[in-house]
Amino acid sequence: MDGLPTLSYEEAYEKLEQTVAALQDGHLSLEDALAYYEEGMKLAQYCHTLLEKAELRVQQLRVTDEGELEIEPLDLA
Amino acid sequence: MLFPDTPAVWSVAQLSRYLKELLETDEVVREVWVRGEISGCKTYASGHCYFTLKDAEAQLPCVFFKHARQRSTAPELRDGMAIAAGGHISFYERDGKLQLYVEQVELLGEGALYLRFEQLKARLAAEGLFEAERKRPLPPAPQVVGIVTSLQAAALRDMLRVLRTRYPLARVVLAPTLVQGAEAPAAIARALDFLNEHGEADVIIVARGGGSIEELWAFNEEIVARAIARSRIPVISGVGHETDVTIADFVADLRASTPTAAATAAVPNLADWLAELQERRQELTLLLDDLLLRYREDLDRAERELARQSPRSRLERLQQQLDGTIETLQSEMQHKLVLQRERLRGTALRLHSLSPLLTLARGFAVVRRAEDQRIVISIQQVQPGDRLDIQVADGRISATVNTQ
Repeated sequence: MDGLPTLSYEEAYEKLEQTVAALQDGHLSLEDALAYYEEGMKLAQYCHTLLEKAELRVQQLRVTDEGELEIEPLDLA
Repeated sequence: MLFPDTPAVWSVAQLSRYLKELLETDEVVREVWVRGEISGCKTYASGHCYFTLKDAEAQLPCVFFKHARQRSTAPELRDGMAIAAGGHISFYERDGKLQLYVEQVELLGEGALYLRFEQLKARLAAEGLFEAERKRPLPPAPQVVGIVTSLQAAALRDMLRVLRTRYPLARVVLAPTLVQGAEAPAAIARALDFLNEHGEADVIIVARGGGSIEELWAFNEEIVARAIARSRIPVISGVGHETDVTIADFVADLRASTPTAAATAAVPNLADWLAELQERRQELTLLLDDLLLRYREDLDRAERELARQSPRSRLERLQQQLDGTIETLQSEMQHKLVLQRERLRGTALRLHSLSPLLTLARGFAVVRRAEDQRIVISIQQVQPGDRLDIQVADGRISATVNTQ
């Protein structure tokens, strides 16, 4: 499963639903079924980790002296 | 001296006229605005309205004629209303009364604000800005949440807390702004435009904590309503407490009753997602178990089928078939033999019952000519002297014919 680290939660969850659907379809060979299952469980674990490690990021928009919009992290103490 | 032809002793009419002209030409009172509270307000059938404008120390009679009332945008005047009345002071000679002839009326205090609110609301509604069809659906899982609010306010901290708890996957982009005061409306509009220009937000929350109607007033200003209306990004309004409704709330794509409610409405709840994940995991496992079970059953069935088709079992089957056939054959044979025996016995019995020997037992005899053993049934067949054989039941008698 290449590119897994860059998947967003939505993308990973969507793929997970697809593997479930494929298994539900029921016409897979045993080898394919096992492969799908393994991929599905990996995706589920990935999603779970994303949720557990998620931290709200807060940024602020401001206008520079040149009139440009700039974004910077905000730390509210 | 203003009026040169003034007598030493005035008539009432003269003095009255003088006062009237004095007042109507005076710089201050020929065009003046007065504020006070309405009392004793009475409108006649003629359409003219008379009232007294008063404050703690003094009072002023006022008349508001029908034509001026019709031109006025103020609502119906009632006792207790705080107003500013614009017009001119004059002296009504007939009654000897000094009056303010009112041309314009402005509501003051809460009444004024309320009127502005109603007027703007009606105007924007007529433009269709509040229509349900205009309201856009909120994104179910926004990646970036834009917030327009004051940096110092508790409302911001409350919203961040809700977002952190419910949906830490999101990124928050804050466009700080004043939320009350004269500069607030323009600042709020600008913040909304900035977020749109920056473009990353999937949803925008416009929020301000609770306060008085004056403190929330910026969210009733047209410039804010227009900024919300032109926002490409869907806007949730969360202004004040549950009972506060502002123009911004009408224009927004979703009205939340408070900033916290707005943050809650903006994002899904991760706890739900975790539950869904768990369900998907279980589903996967069940499906695989199901699949494996089916494969195993298929295998078993194939094995059994194979076993059935093996040479040895075929042989056994054929053998069994043979045995079966033999047995059938034998029992058929048996059956047939029994039947035959029965038939034979039956026929034998019938034969026996037809036997002439039985007749002989009853006394009949079989007469035969001795020489050729032909049975004699007629007297023509014999002559006297012929030898006869007479068969009776238990033997034969030799006899000779005597006479016919």
